[in-house]
Amino acid sequence: MLKQIEGSKAVAEAVALCRPEVICAYPISPQTHIVEGLGEMVKSGELTPCEFINVESEFAAMSVAIGSSAAGARSYTATASQGLLFMVEAVYNAAGLGLPIVMTVANRAIGAPINIWNDHSDSLSQRDSGWMQLFAETNQEAVDLHIQAFKLAEELSMPIMVCMDGFILTHAFERVDIPTQEQVDGYLPPFDPRQSLDPKEPISIGAMVGPEAFMEVKYLAHAKQMQALELIPQLAAEFKQQFGRDSGGLVRTYRADDAETMIVAMGSVLGTVKDTVDELREQGHKIGVLGIISYRPFPLKEVRAALVNCKRFVVLEKSLAVGMGGIVATDVRMAVSGTGLKGFTAIAGLGGRNITKASLHKLFLEAEQEKLEPVTFVDLDWDVVNKQLERERQNRHSGPIAENILFDKGMSTSAKFG
Amino acid sequence: MFQIRVHGRGGQGVVTATEMLSVAAFEEGRHAQAFPSFGSERTGAPVVAFCRLDDKEIRLREPIMEPDALIIQDPTLLHQIDVFSGLKPDGYVLLNSAHSFEQIGLGELVKQRGHARMCTLPATELGLKHVGRPIPNVPLIAGFAALSGMFKLESVVKAINEKFSGKVAAGNIAAATEAYALVKKQMEERAHA
Repeated sequence: MLKQIEGSKAVAEAVALCRPEVICAYPISPQTHIVEGLGEMVKSGELTPCEFINVESEFAAMSVAIGSSAAGARSYTATASQGLLFMVEAVYNAAGLGLPIVMTVANRAIGAPINIWNDHSDSLSQRDSGWMQLFAETNQEAVDLHIQAFKLAEELSMPIMVCMDGFILTHAFERVDIPTQEQVDGYLPPFDPRQSLDPKEPISIGAMVGPEAFMEVKYLAHAKQMQALELIPQLAAEFKQQFGRDSGGLVRTYRADDAETMIVAMGSVLGTVKDTVDELREQGHKIGVLGIISYRPFPLKEVRAALVNCKRFVVLEKSLAVGMGGIVATDVRMAVSGTGLKGFTAIAGLGGRNITKASLHKLFLEAEQEKLEPVTFVDLDWDVVNKQLERERQNRHSGPIAENILFDKGMSTSAKFG
Repeated sequence: MFQIRVHGRGGQGVVTATEMLSVAAFEEGRHAQAFPSFGSERTGAPVVAFCRLDDKEIRLREPIMEPDALIIQDPTLLHQIDVFSGLKPDGYVLLNSAHSFEQIGLGELVKQRGHARMCTLPATELGLKHVGRPIPNVPLIAGFAALSGMFKLESVVKAINEKFSGKVAAGNIAAATEAYALVKKQMEERAHA
């Protein structure tokens, strides 16, 4: 049914249609509306049988999800930013134990400086945790990916994060087609766990493993993600059959056929990228887009195939590997190694910095002329950066950086719109 | 694409206003995207929210920097921030005030832009009268429907019924209906002036 609905509310409805049996949650912006929505549905009896557990921290949220999933219950939680970091030890355990938990990450920057706005630093910090990570471009895709995620997780007995841009998607009202219970039931079978704790047939889950077997267990986690590379496109095809729309898959291209310059990105910024590319195409520029939906597993083969015929590419990413450059860009470059393709990294949108069409126009044209630095910081205020660097050269006791920069910026930014 | 920017203060239902505008547009079969400016909202602090309308899917995710229409929920913002920033030359302006633009010192702006797309509306008073709270958002949405002709009043009523129920919905519908009539009347008077 078509609805004009907030992204978080739409995801809450989609998760409820997947019949989770345990939801444990701790509030953190910008994820809160999702679990609030689910909490209301459990309380009203709309979502039953389901236990909604208020926990005392994110660490407890993931620990409870591990327990309930190990007991054979379909388990769900959601978090963001510092919340995800606080649960990290349990995040790795969930993957190491092979428990098919589904978690929404409403992507948000990591402090310090504390910042509630969107970028991809939080879930990308967990790229090696063993969790799969799928990135939604729109709220429709966020809805659809959750439905696919439960199936994917349970088929492989591995956990998965569905990543959606905090605020930009979670707090946006837009048109979303919410499927019926019958449609979802026809796609997603009841949870049939590969392992479960049952007092009648006692087993243990979580043995200590020494050097004799640790590598094999870890390798199998990798092998499962390699299986996911096969399974994700298959589940997207089945999804299309059942729901009638394209959603999910590993990667998606746009106007890429004869493109000489390709823009690679993940998440909601793809919309602004596509609008910019349309305008540049009208002016005769041969430019196209590669959207990455599956960040983990990373689809090396598909990324290579999508880029191999272009002349150059830009990875536009909302993340920064401090001391290195791009995070997604590193994987993309690995995918095209040996092709001799020219690749650029563009870091944009950190901590919620707006990514505008005007900035993208400039960036893409510079990329086309191969005038970009290997790593570009889009819309970075160099005056402010240089002023602070100079301050540090002049004064041994130059003080805290964030406070200095806020002082230098004055209230000029906030004075515009508050 | 038609882009609306709503300015107000925390507690005035700015974000709700854009959400309801998007619902009204959806009720008329259009694509709509509403989103807030994502600040750490506090009661009384300046807040801005956005609504885009189009006949096709809206993919753009940047904030609205060159709006086709402005709804200003609090006239005191005029002294604090540049609410008119980027407004298109033929853009609509709907301001919450019981006074005219001339009375609050914006006579020059009206001279530049002309009367046809500018209107003030005592929205806070309408909220107090019909809902018992000084929340101007619903009267302003209905007033904007009248000013721009972009929505039918009945679509605004549908959006109200989706958001509220019982007495609150009824009060808001009464406020919206009066706001719509007030703006229509102003526009007709000007057309004949």
